[in-house]
Amino acid sequence: MAEIRRDIHLVIASEQMAVRQALAQLLADPGLRHLRCDLRGRIEIVLAEVLNNIVEHAYAEQRGNITIDVSIGPNGIGCCILDGGAAMPGLALPEGKLAPHDPQDLPEGGFGWFLIRTLTEDLSYRRQGNMNELRFRMPETICS
Amino acid sequence: MQLSARESAGLLLVEVMEERIDAAGAIQFKDSMRELTAQGNGRVMLDMSRVAFLDSSGLGAVVAVMKLLGPDRRLELAGLTPTVEKVFRLTRMDSVFVIHPTVPDDMRHAG
Repeated sequence: MAEIRRDIHLVIASEQMAVRQALAQLLADPGLRHLRCDLRGRIEIVLAEVLNNIVEHAYAEQRGNITIDVSIGPNGIGCCILDGGAAMPGLALPEGKLAPHDPQDLPEGGFGWFLIRTLTEDLSYRRQGNMNELRFRMPETICS
Repeated sequence: MQLSARESAGLLLVEVMEERIDAAGAIQFKDSMRELTAQGNGRVMLDMSRVAFLDSSGLGAVVAVMKLLGPDRRLELAGLTPTVEKVFRLTRMDSVFVIHPTVPDDMRHAG
């Protein structure tokens, strides 16, 4: 298995506005700017969900840093996201199942992990000491 | 969160003047929409043609606004850009809203 190359490396504060700025910076990067429009949209959705989950749940509004590594290769994008927040409950990723749409009581949340799981491949999580490490790939070939 | 609202012939047309409805702006969006729709009881159409990006928090806020309006007042959406449309489609929320490709001409020019 190929090592993730460190094409784009960002360290940001765990804050919603910093997430917004990081996404703008990443999408303006020459490596991502020339990707197919569809893949750019997918990476923005996935990174937004992953980073916002870290801000809201892992750090739970406490201060901390998030490290973002994005590698762009001929077959798509590889990402590795590190944070020093709380571990995933049960040391496992949420299932991310879409709640049934009850027209009387539509869900207002629970979309995040569904979107991440739908749009990524080889999604893996591990706890390394005090750090959370999330890795995934977004291949060129998947269209959704 | 800047929203621009116009009412005409029983329809409240709200144009989102921002490029993003994301985690950093979702609560503000919901609060602003609550204020704008507090008066009146007609249809509400949200023109999203300037919104290039919406995340799950933004999607949750749009759903919350629809629920705020109550069962007798539909929230319609218009002008979804490609990434926004993708989020609605993947989460199957595209089946919950009336979605117009663009704001219908007679509504855009009304009032």
